[in-house]
Amino acid sequence: MEKIIEMRNIRKTFLGNVANNNINFVIYKGEIVSLLGENGAGKTTLMKILYGMYTKDSGEIYVNGRKVEINSPKDAIALGIGMVHQHFTLVRTLTVLENVILGLPSPKGFELDLESARKKLQEIIKKYKLVVDPDAKIWQLSVGERQRVEIIKALYRDINVLILDEPTAVLTPQEVEELFATLRIFKNEGKSVVFISHKLEEVMEISDRIVILRNGVVTGERKKEETNERELARLMVGKEVIEALRKEGGTVGAPVLKVEGIKALNDKGILALKGINFEVRKGEILGVAGVAGNGQKELEDVICGVRNPLEGHIYLKDKEVTGKSPKEIVNMGIGRIPEDRMESGLILDIPVYENLVIEFYDKPPFSKGMLINYAEIKRFAEKLVKEYRVKTSSIYAITRTLSGGNLQKLILARVLSQNPEFLIASQPTRGLDVGAMEYIHQKLLEAKTKGAAIMLISEDLNEILHLSDRIMVMYEGEIMGIIDRSKEDVDIEELGLMMAGAKRRVTL
Amino acid sequence: MISLPKFKLEKRETPPFWFQVLMPLLAVVIALAISAIFLAIIGKNPFLAFYNMFMGALGNKFAITETLVKATPLILTGVAVAIAFKAKYWNIGAEGQLYAGALAATWLGIMHLPLPAVIYIPLEIAVGFIAGALWSLIAGYLKAKMQVDDVVTTLLMNFIMIYIVQAILNGPWRNPKTMYPSSVPIAKNANFPKIIPNSRVHAGILLSILAIFFMYFLIRKTKLGFEIKATGANPKAAHFLGINTVKTIIIVSIISGGIAGLAGVGEVCGVHYHLISGISPGYGYSGIVIAMLGGLNTIGVLLAALYFAVVINGAQIMSVNMHIPIFISDVIQGITLLVMLAMLLFFEYRIRRVK
Repeated sequence: MEKIIEMRNIRKTFLGNVANNNINFVIYKGEIVSLLGENGAGKTTLMKILYGMYTKDSGEIYVNGRKVEINSPKDAIALGIGMVHQHFTLVRTLTVLENVILGLPSPKGFELDLESARKKLQEIIKKYKLVVDPDAKIWQLSVGERQRVEIIKALYRDINVLILDEPTAVLTPQEVEELFATLRIFKNEGKSVVFISHKLEEVMEISDRIVILRNGVVTGERKKEETNERELARLMVGKEVIEALRKEGGTVGAPVLKVEGIKALNDKGILALKGINFEVRKGEILGVAGVAGNGQKELEDVICGVRNPLEGHIYLKDKEVTGKSPKEIVNMGIGRIPEDRMESGLILDIPVYENLVIEFYDKPPFSKGMLINYAEIKRFAEKLVKEYRVKTSSIYAITRTLSGGNLQKLILARVLSQNPEFLIASQPTRGLDVGAMEYIHQKLLEAKTKGAAIMLISEDLNEILHLSDRIMVMYEGEIMGIIDRSKEDVDIEELGLMMAGAKRRVTL
Repeated sequence: MISLPKFKLEKRETPPFWFQVLMPLLAVVIALAISAIFLAIIGKNPFLAFYNMFMGALGNKFAITETLVKATPLILTGVAVAIAFKAKYWNIGAEGQLYAGALAATWLGIMHLPLPAVIYIPLEIAVGFIAGALWSLIAGYLKAKMQVDDVVTTLLMNFIMIYIVQAILNGPWRNPKTMYPSSVPIAKNANFPKIIPNSRVHAGILLSILAIFFMYFLIRKTKLGFEIKATGANPKAAHFLGINTVKTIIIVSIISGGIAGLAGVGEVCGVHYHLISGISPGYGYSGIVIAMLGGLNTIGVLLAALYFAVVINGAQIMSVNMHIPIFISDVIQGITLLVMLAMLLFFEYRIRRVK
């Protein structure tokens, strides 16, 4: 096969931290190659160097056998390299068409040539099956559609190599399939795709070749046919990942949390929960699946006591939860792992030991009367940090200095130390590496086995599938259905359809 | 391709510890250096001026006692502001709260109640604390319950209180003998005793020392201190995590205003023995500089208050000896605050060149 791009001995450091350590990476013509690795492995850094966003410390880049210097994305695009970032770079108030041609010279000089642009855009839409209305404003589009606009933007610039940075993180299963279809068309034209991901299943599905990075070095390169998920996982994390499968058995008991007819507004004043009913039972994990923005966050807020519902009730056993303050809710025995771990779950600018008791510092043995017993708190914190293997320089470290996975471990340690009867965990592993993710899954399963009723809100379908005993799908503030896995197998396609609002089960 | 270098501020992950110690010292030195330029511009030798300033404040026993007299209210307003800032209650109103305390102390003092000093003095302290606390509580309540900007309310309420005091002094409380806009002397039994013979150092300094211990104890040993730190660090997260941030802000506004009110009591009962409209030359505002320079840290606040007592007292001697306008002490304070704020930016952020 013909090499289209070759990166040799690429090295990049950030303030002394090595992000890429003499990496060699080749892109062949007409292939889909995946860059697989945990967060911080150096995948995005390597591709940002290729796209001219970072300057390499050393190393060489060859395009079609010719040595090149890429100093800006403009240079990269001129060489036929395009990149779609995790965070989109679109102007919300402009239309799709306007966004696509933004920054390009017009063939008519000072006058915009929208018509010829529209023609070219339509061709791209048709050819690559990237369905989107050219005249829609960006703010009107869903996240999946916005991503398509980003891809169209790149294709419009006649690129041969398309780099996609974690493109599926924001998509529904259907949208992922559509994206993959587009990528295959692109590939069949003899063009190349670099697919950055840490999701094994997707990588196995779409790639021809997989290059695995760990801590800034290449730990392996495999043809798809020659490998399997287990091997890739091992190369990625450096150890065999124990598959955290849903533990059968355990005794599912009586309902612990009952949600009855909850209606609530979102921050914009729009009805985000349209009267929902469900219950979470002792010893089970209820997974809440759904694409972001379908009421999961509002549901989390209502249960956690930071959003007042318009109507309805929530009961923990027989006690009313609705209308209670966060403090009262914690005291009732509800554990909360919020989606926003940086701005809700923790206070980043106080020491680790204070965060470990912040939900119950006012109870014995940590407090007596008006006084607080820091000696006791520190003892407790030392114990938890050890028990939950939190990596921190000490319990005195300012919490901000910890990595994402360790921040989440802090929350987990704090919450589980109180043995909550009911636990709500929202996006508990988002942005975490596989090791931390495994650990958190394991701990949630342990809590479940010990009899906690757990509600798991996650956008990561794999996580939901791995952990949940029942799966509840939310769409536009309503429950589309609940799949009880003790009674039936999960039909992924059906699940996806429910998440996309295309199918509703009559339940309850 | 030519591209201009761009710079951006990046939040530091771990500010080094020595920064916290070195920074205020450096701020003091830089501020003095900048002040020296102004002195040079008006044709005075800055070294001689600073020599006069420090000798004037520390050169002999009398000078030192006068510096302690100045330090008394400065420690109180510094503590008041520092506790408030810890909870992110931006109390710019210590000046007004000081006047509220002074007003209440005078009110009680000029009643000339037939009370022994052991009762009269604690009563003075209590009413002064309550008056400052209530004045501050208005802003605290508005902030906690209605999200009204506390910088604006506390600042503007200073002027309201100062004008109230002036109105009263020019009206009902005008001294009938002298016809000056100052109150009659307060009861002898309400006067703070002197604690150093042949000096003006009065029992108010014990209140200041007590305030320092109180702040240390509050922040390090109490549940409220924990709540103050959490609320100040991130009110939204603190609320989510079960801390009653509304209550915390309200209590802090009471404590902070009360301590500032004590500074007013000390000036009335320990220094002047009557109320005048200029009873504070801006001790409340100096409290802001002191709190910031002290890094909101108990020991830091104490040292910063002592330093500014030296500056304020020494500037008087300097101005007499060298015919330099006394406002130089305000200039030094102002510049120190600006330098300190600029340095805090470097403390929390670092400048990175971006490509």
